[in-house]
Amino acid sequence: MGHCVDIENLTMQFGRYTALTEINVSVKAGEFFSFLGPSGCGKTTLLKLISGFLSPTMGKIRINRKNMKGVGPNKRPTAMIFQNLALFPLMSVEENIGFGLDVRRVSAKAKHKKVQGLLDLVDLPGAGKKSVNDLSGGQKQRVAIARALAVEPSVLLLDEPLSALDLKLRKHMRTELRKIQQRTDVTFIYITHDQSEALTMSDRIGVLSEKGILEQVGPPATVYNQPETAFVASFVGENNPIPARPVPDEITGELESNHCLAQTPLGPIQCKNPGNLPPQVPATVFVRPETIFLANGEARVNRFRHNQVECRVVSQRFEGPFMTMVLEAKDKTRIHMRQNNDGHQPRLNRGDATTISFKPENTLILEAAQ
Amino acid sequence: MKSLALKRSAIALPQGPGIMGQAVAQFGTLGSLIMGSCVAAWLIFMVIGPQLIALDYSFHPLLSLEQLGGPDDHFTLKNYLTLATNTLHRAVFLKTIWSSLLVTVLALCLCYPISFYMAQTAKPRTLSLLMVGIVIPYWINELLRIFAWQLILSDAGILNQSLMAVGLIAEPVNFRAGNTAVIMGMVYAYILFMVFPLYNAMESLDKNQLQGARDLGASRLRIHWKIVIPHAKPGMAVGCIMTFMLAAGSVAAPQLLGSPSSFWFTQIIYTNYETANWNLGTAYAEVLALLSLIFLFSMLKLFKLSLKDLL
Repeated sequence: MGHCVDIENLTMQFGRYTALTEINVSVKAGEFFSFLGPSGCGKTTLLKLISGFLSPTMGKIRINRKNMKGVGPNKRPTAMIFQNLALFPLMSVEENIGFGLDVRRVSAKAKHKKVQGLLDLVDLPGAGKKSVNDLSGGQKQRVAIARALAVEPSVLLLDEPLSALDLKLRKHMRTELRKIQQRTDVTFIYITHDQSEALTMSDRIGVLSEKGILEQVGPPATVYNQPETAFVASFVGENNPIPARPVPDEITGELESNHCLAQTPLGPIQCKNPGNLPPQVPATVFVRPETIFLANGEARVNRFRHNQVECRVVSQRFEGPFMTMVLEAKDKTRIHMRQNNDGHQPRLNRGDATTISFKPENTLILEAAQ
Repeated sequence: MKSLALKRSAIALPQGPGIMGQAVAQFGTLGSLIMGSCVAAWLIFMVIGPQLIALDYSFHPLLSLEQLGGPDDHFTLKNYLTLATNTLHRAVFLKTIWSSLLVTVLALCLCYPISFYMAQTAKPRTLSLLMVGIVIPYWINELLRIFAWQLILSDAGILNQSLMAVGLIAEPVNFRAGNTAVIMGMVYAYILFMVFPLYNAMESLDKNQLQGARDLGASRLRIHWKIVIPHAKPGMAVGCIMTFMLAAGSVAAPQLLGSPSSFWFTQIIYTNYETANWNLGTAYAEVLALLSLIFLFSMLKLFKLSLKDLL
C-alpha cells in the first residue's frame, strides 16, 4: 500500500488563534481514515486544508507524493462531501452526479454510462431523472457520494455527512459507506465527533484534542484499549478518571513489568504504566466501566492481583443487555460501571454497600492532562 | 424551482380563514369595514378611475371645448396610429426601448459583481459599509443626484478635469452629446433597484454549493454560469424589470442630462401634456405602460419564471 496523503508538520493559525498544531500523519492508499475530535478541534479546518480551500500557516500536504502547495481545490485529486451535502437543488440527480464530468468534458455517452454505474454503486438505480429535492435524507447522501466519486478522486473527504440523519439511518449508512469504500478502493478521510462512527467504520483513527493536537493514531481497537494520553482515554469511550500519583518501586516491591502502584483517593491501585511515568508525577488512573465487576464475599482475592474498592450504590439503570450503575466510594469519588445481563445478576438496591474490583491489566495510568 | 415557488407562495399568502376572516378577527367587523372601504376607495378613485379616464382620453380625438360631445367626439385609433405614422415619434419610441435595454444590461453587468461580493464574500463590516454607501445617495432627491451628474460630466467637471490632469485627453470630452450622459445617469440612478433584488437572491445561496462546485473542478466562470446565475434568476428578473421600467419611464434624467439627439419617449408625452394634447399624451403613456408589461412577461419567459417567483 502506497501513501496517499502525507501531512507533515501542519500548523494552521487564524490570527493569534492556533487551530491545528504540528500535525504529522500519513494516510495509506485505500484506507478508511477517521479524524475524531470534539467540536472546535480543527477537524473541518484540516479537511479544508487537504481539499485546498485553506492554505496552511506552516507545514506540507502531499497527495500521491505531490506537494499540494499552491494547487487550487479544483485541481486537487480530492473530492469533498460537505456536512450539508451541498447538492445543487436546481439540478436533477443525474446532472448533480455529472457535474464534475461536464467540467472534464467527458462525452455525453461516456457520461451517461458513468452516471448509471455510479447510481448502481450507491443503490439508486433509475433515480437519475428525479429532482434532488424529492429525495430522502439517505438518498441525498448517496447522491452526494456518487457525485464526489464521479470525478475519480484519489481521496474522498467526508465532513460529518451522517450527522443530519436519524440514528437508525445513520447506523445503516455507516455500513453502506464502508461497503462503498471497499468496492471502490478510494481512500476515505472522514471527520467526526461521534466516536462510535469512527470506531465502527475506520481502518485507523486519528484523535484530535480541542487544542488541535493529534494525540494518537492507530486502529480502533488500539486507540480504545491502549490510549496513549489522558485526553484519548477520556474522549474515546467512557472512562472513570481517578487522580493519582505513581508510588516509587522500592515501596511496592515485585510487580509485573510495566505495572506500577498508584496512590489514589480510593487507596492504592495497581495498574499498567505504559508511559513509564516516574514516581510522584501528577497522573490519572483510567478504568473503563465495562471492565469493573462486583467482588462480593467469596470473590475477594489477593488485593495486589485485583484492585478492590468498597462503595455504595447511588443509582442504577437497567438497559436490557446491560445494567449501568453509579457507585460512590468512601471519599465520595463516583465510579460508573456496566454489568452485562446474563439473567443471574444479584439485585442491588440504592444505598447498598458492595465491593467492586478491576484487574490491573485493564487499568491504565497516564500523565494528567494539562 | 416549482417547489421553491410553492414554498414562497405558502409564506406570502396567509392560509386558512382568508384575508377578510383574519381582518375581522384582528380589527372587529366595524374596523374591517372601515379599512376595507378605505382600500376600495383608494383603488377606485386613485388607481382604477384615473386609468379608465386616461384610456377614454386616448381613444378620442383632440377637440376644442365646443366640439366636446359633438359629432366629431367619437371613438378613434388615430392617437395610437400617430405613433406608427409620425417618423420622429416612432424613432424616439424605438430608441427609448433600445436605450432602456442598454441601461438595464449595463446596470446588470455592473451590479452582478457588486451583489455577488456583498452576498458571498464581504465580511459583515464591509457589507454594512457597502449597504450604507449604496443607500445613502437615495436619501437625496433624484433631481439633485442628476444635477450632480451634470456637474461631474460638464467641460469643467471633475471627470474631464481629472482625465486631462492625468493626460489621457487634451480637450474636454463632451459627454453630454448623444446618449452617453443620459445612460450613465440612469445606470447610476437605478443601481439600488438592481443591487437589492440580486443581493437578496444571491445571499440565500449556500456557500458550500460554491465550494462543492469548485471542489469538483469547476472554474469560476462555470460556477457562475451553472450555480450562481440559475439560483439568482428571480432576483435578476426583478432587477431587470424594475430598472427597465424606471429607465423607460424616466423624465428627469433625459431632461437634465440629455442632448437633442437623446430625446426620450417620456419627453414627447410630457410635451403633449404641456401643449394640452392630452389625448395623444395618454395614448403614448398607455403604449409605454403596455411596453413595460410586455417587457415584464418576456423577462419571465426568458428566465422561465412565473409571476409567483417574483413575490
